[in-house]
Amino acid sequence: MLSEQVKQKINAELAHCVTKQSVAIDALNIVQRHQGWVSDEGLREVARMLEMTPVELDAVATFYSFIFRKPVGRHVILVCDSISCWVMGHNPLLVYLKTNFGIRFGETTEDKRFTLLPVSCLGACERAPAMMVNDDLYGPVTPEMMEKILKKYV
Amino acid sequence: MDKPLTKNIRPGQEPLSLKEYEKAGGYQSVRKALAMSPQDVQNIVKASNLRGRGGAGFPTGAKWSFVPMGKDAPRPKYLVVNADEMEPGTFKDRILLEGDPHQIIEGVITSAYAIEAEQAFIFIRWAYKLAARRLEAAVAEAYEHNYLGKNILGSGFNLDLRIHVSAGRYICGEETALLNALEGKRATPRAKPPFPQVCGLFGKPTIVNNAETIANIPHIVNNGPEWFKSLSTSPDGGTKLYGVSGRVKKPGAWELPMGVTVRELLENHAGGMQDGYTFRGLLPGGASTDFLVAEHLDVKMDFDSVMKAGSRMGTGTMIVLDNRTCPVGFVHNLEVFFRRESCGWCTPCREGLPWIEKLLRAIENGEGEPGDIELLAQQCKLLGPGNTYCALAPGAVEPLQSAIKYFREDFEKHIRDKNCPWTKAQTG
Repeated sequence: MLSEQVKQKINAELAHCVTKQSVAIDALNIVQRHQGWVSDEGLREVARMLEMTPVELDAVATFYSFIFRKPVGRHVILVCDSISCWVMGHNPLLVYLKTNFGIRFGETTEDKRFTLLPVSCLGACERAPAMMVNDDLYGPVTPEMMEKILKKYV
Repeated sequence: MDKPLTKNIRPGQEPLSLKEYEKAGGYQSVRKALAMSPQDVQNIVKASNLRGRGGAGFPTGAKWSFVPMGKDAPRPKYLVVNADEMEPGTFKDRILLEGDPHQIIEGVITSAYAIEAEQAFIFIRWAYKLAARRLEAAVAEAYEHNYLGKNILGSGFNLDLRIHVSAGRYICGEETALLNALEGKRATPRAKPPFPQVCGLFGKPTIVNNAETIANIPHIVNNGPEWFKSLSTSPDGGTKLYGVSGRVKKPGAWELPMGVTVRELLENHAGGMQDGYTFRGLLPGGASTDFLVAEHLDVKMDFDSVMKAGSRMGTGTMIVLDNRTCPVGFVHNLEVFFRRESCGWCTPCREGLPWIEKLLRAIENGEGEPGDIELLAQQCKLLGPGNTYCALAPGAVEPLQSAIKYFREDFEKHIRDKNCPWTKAQTG
């Protein structure tokens, strides 16, 4: 069930759109902001508001890396695995996360605290290796820094 | 003023507010442009030899000239800033977007006026959270001070500017794919022709320009084409935000005259290789460019010079390959990226990139077979320009074809010896 707040925000976008479909990505971003991911139910409601079929909207949703169509943890860790971060050594960060939280790319901790995902070049190459946790960018990151960084995210 | 793009940027501090930006000379180009005809503004930009900073280097004035003008032109026309920077190794637009948002907005207004556009978008990538926040704040200030909205500074020119945050995919940086994303669709590229200038967003005339390109417009209009050309040591005008990443002493970005050499960037600005590492090669302009090696160190980093050396300047942010990093692993990492980011629309890219990635993985793991290098070389031709819908696949094979050319012996060693000579260095 989409909350009133979410529906209002989507309607605000619809108010100045050229076509209803053109709001699709903004609408999905809004749902994701509030619920952490986009469920089938949420998708169907947004599709109704945009006068699209659920399949049409899902085709859009599944194209984009940051529309999550599966539940994620309270916090999403994105470790950049593109070239400069690979050269500078992003693997130790992954080893730290596997050792201390038991998660690899695509996995969520048992307590639903963290989901770990790869991310393509974050545009922080001069501070490689880089990662984001939710909206926050960190770099350069060493395994020694990970404990202090992740402590903030309960 | 030899560093127009970065003069207002104060690392670690908040960007200039609108009032501070005006005091530093900001928004003058808007006043100047509004007192001329749109065509006159276009002529200034054309005469300056500004070439697109997104990677392709297409002359900006020429791009704008294809937009139909005058009262019979289709409307509304659109100006879109491509702030979807996601080319691996590239981090220059982030610096401009975070550091001086009003410079981008001023560039938007002046450029939109030049092509008679009434609607503008800044298409910014998902990951650039800080930049999006700062741009939103700056846009709000610009509306408050009548630089945006109806009847800008009493001129009769109207312009609405919205910020669209992408939901994340590299291909959104391809201009026609970007337009599809703005229309709420899957970001697959469109066939060209028709070109966006004639039939773009919602079928209307649209210009898509890179953020760094747009940032140059206010300075060109303020100071004129001759000034802009005088900043560079090449036929291409202006300064360029160059960058270096990899095992160098001082990775970073610097605004310099267009045409500095590879060596100057690598040794003078990036401080040379870290102790214990030696130089083997670099990609001059992001992941989708061909390797340059030691014999190219004195090549000038401008579009034509790098092309003559067999590569592309692309985004001008260099990625360095050092002697302790496996070239096969390096190229494999790049092809993992390109394969992941392929939109899937056309066959050579959709089928060819996974095949390339699989071959490279095998070679890297010591499971390569004789004939694999020839197969990879053949794929480079099959995924080349003209065979695909967009430039992703042709870009993807640039580092591969040049790695085969310059580091063939390393590839052959993996196949012959059935292991990676650099394995120990990787697992650290």
